[in-house]
Amino acid sequence: MPKRVENVGCPYCGVCCDDLVVTVSDDGKQILEVENACAIGNQIFHHATGSERVKLPRLRQPDGTYKDISYDEAVDYAAKVLYNAKKPLIYGFGSTNCEGMAAAAKVAERAGAVLDNCASICHGSSFLAIFDNGYPSCTLGETKNRADVIVYWGANPAHAHPRHMSRYSIFPRGFFTGKGQKSRKIIVIDPRHTDTAQVADIHLQVKQGHDYELFDAFRAVVRGHEIPEEVAGIKREQILEVAAIMKKARFGTIFYGMGLCHSDGRNHNVDIAISLTRDLNDYTKWTIMAMRGHYNITGPGAVWSWQYGFPYCLDLTKKDIAHMNPGETSSVDLAMRDEVDAFINIGTDAGAHFPIEAVKHLRKHPWITIDPNICMASEISDLHIPVGIVGVEVPGIVYRMDNVPIQYRKVIDPPEGVISDEELFERIHQRLSELEAEEAAKEQAKVTPEGVRAESEP
Amino acid sequence: MKTVTLTLTNPSELYIEGQNVTPDNFAGKKAAEIAALDVWEGKQKGPLGKYFTVEGDGGATAEETKIVLRGDCTRVKRIGQQMTAGEIVIEGNADMYIGGWMKGGKVHVKGNVDSFCGIGMEGGELIVDGNAGHHLGSSPRGEWRGMQGGVIRVAGNAGNDTATFINGGTIVIGGDADIHISTHGEGGTVIVKGNARGRVGGQMVKGDIYVYGTIENPLPGFSMVDEVEQEVDGETARFVHYIGDLGERHPVSRGKTVYANLYTRL
Repeated sequence: MPKRVENVGCPYCGVCCDDLVVTVSDDGKQILEVENACAIGNQIFHHATGSERVKLPRLRQPDGTYKDISYDEAVDYAAKVLYNAKKPLIYGFGSTNCEGMAAAAKVAERAGAVLDNCASICHGSSFLAIFDNGYPSCTLGETKNRADVIVYWGANPAHAHPRHMSRYSIFPRGFFTGKGQKSRKIIVIDPRHTDTAQVADIHLQVKQGHDYELFDAFRAVVRGHEIPEEVAGIKREQILEVAAIMKKARFGTIFYGMGLCHSDGRNHNVDIAISLTRDLNDYTKWTIMAMRGHYNITGPGAVWSWQYGFPYCLDLTKKDIAHMNPGETSSVDLAMRDEVDAFINIGTDAGAHFPIEAVKHLRKHPWITIDPNICMASEISDLHIPVGIVGVEVPGIVYRMDNVPIQYRKVIDPPEGVISDEELFERIHQRLSELEAEEAAKEQAKVTPEGVRAESEP
Repeated sequence: MKTVTLTLTNPSELYIEGQNVTPDNFAGKKAAEIAALDVWEGKQKGPLGKYFTVEGDGGATAEETKIVLRGDCTRVKRIGQQMTAGEIVIEGNADMYIGGWMKGGKVHVKGNVDSFCGIGMEGGELIVDGNAGHHLGSSPRGEWRGMQGGVIRVAGNAGNDTATFINGGTIVIGGDADIHISTHGEGGTVIVKGNARGRVGGQMVKGDIYVYGTIENPLPGFSMVDEVEQEVDGETARFVHYIGDLGERHPVSRGKTVYANLYTRL
């Protein structure tokens, strides 16, 4: 009898749907059916057993091909790369569990590496704004149960977070929102007429890259000041109308995405969005939330803030001091400035996401990819180490976009012999410690211990 | 005043972090002792003498110590960081954090500098003959008390995020400035003699900004009040006077609301 596993968490986007039902074959080796998931989440489960998987680490050969090696050899290679580099970079973690992130941080600290996660090229600017201006946020449950005005600013959940609108924002019937969509006003602010804008009551087609000016206009209006006739391509009347709706809301949430983080000004766009949220709280209850991308990209922020006090771009090269300053210690800047001399890409695809110049710089040095699948990064690496897929083959804790931790479970076993991210990093840490001990022993032999020499026998 | 000359003869593979290159650290030290000071290249700590040849001894105190850097210091960070007195002359370019958190003394860079120069500055003088990168005279990440005092002069252009959270002091940019000037500012003065791209004085509470050229995208939160004649940086000129950022909170002093001032030259 095939086994039905209920309440499974989905390892795709930051919404972290935890209501999936997965049907597994008799022998526990095949995933037969996935219910409740979106098309993308569905594909992640089916991909695990429906495709050819890499089961052993692969090391690049002089002729350019890959050769299978053992996990022990791979661990030794990775540890030596980290040990010998002056400033290695460990980047990724969008798609792994918090246990793996904590183990990787141990490795980074021992190796004196820079530790960074995908937020660096995504919602990292949100962190900077939050440092500067606070984070008046809430949980997705509060939005579902209370919100009667929803703003999507520079976000397109219809494609990036497919079940966000149906689970939490627009459609669900919550405790105080029994009429569902009928009782909610939806405002979408986006330069494009996206599929999310299709379901909006009001769509403000802001001029691309001028969100900051529009926020400034909203703030001036909320404080009762005059504004010019048109700001960022939006007419004054429309700004006044939306500001009035916002002020009259019972509970509102601004969900913002890459439209703010990836356009000019980045953290300042988010910063002023936070300021607007704070201003609106003079009238009613307003909250703001980042539309975090991957299912556990909120995780490294939580784990490393607990370990080091900073969520990303951690320069641990001084080992006992953690330094963070995006612009200097952020992955793409480090790569573009040629500031690192080894690269570990884990649980993401820097090959696909980084600017090509950054990839070219990183390729001058050893490049290791740790990923269950074949991706662009794995194909240009010197070493590719496969691991189990978190949420499918490996259990663990993940953080949802609203900073709520959820325990994920596994539904099948990983391919025989394939280990988890956590185990891999623990083994690299062990090997690094051994290498350090060997080096320390050598130095002992080199230096003559101080002391008085014994008199020779007469 | 005694002069210590550092010449970069053996450039690093990665970047050098030279926070020890300050008159404060060189004072009272002989050339050989200075060469033994620590600098970092990634996780490797090495003596300064590994990269630089050191000539001359430090003065008795920081005030009496002058440091001259020769050779291409494009890949040297943190020169003059946290210095309190004395003088540093960098003959060419330098990298990030030059004069960061400085409290006194003078740094003169004859070439260009990269980002984060003069951040968290409390006093002293930072002069750049070329261009400066981003975050010039800005506050460190998450710090809401930015530049407190001192003077920064850049002859060329500056990048974005100049003077974020500025609280005091003066920044003079001879050329153009990119977006975000004095964002979240609560005091101080920024003078841009060229053009500014936009977002000038966003979320600004108090303080002054002068723009001699044009502002490509002015903020809706600034409102024109009058025309004034003012003396700025040694010359008198007429300016259009705006107040703002009207969207931001503003303190009330003696019954009057205090706004930030933006002046554009007529």
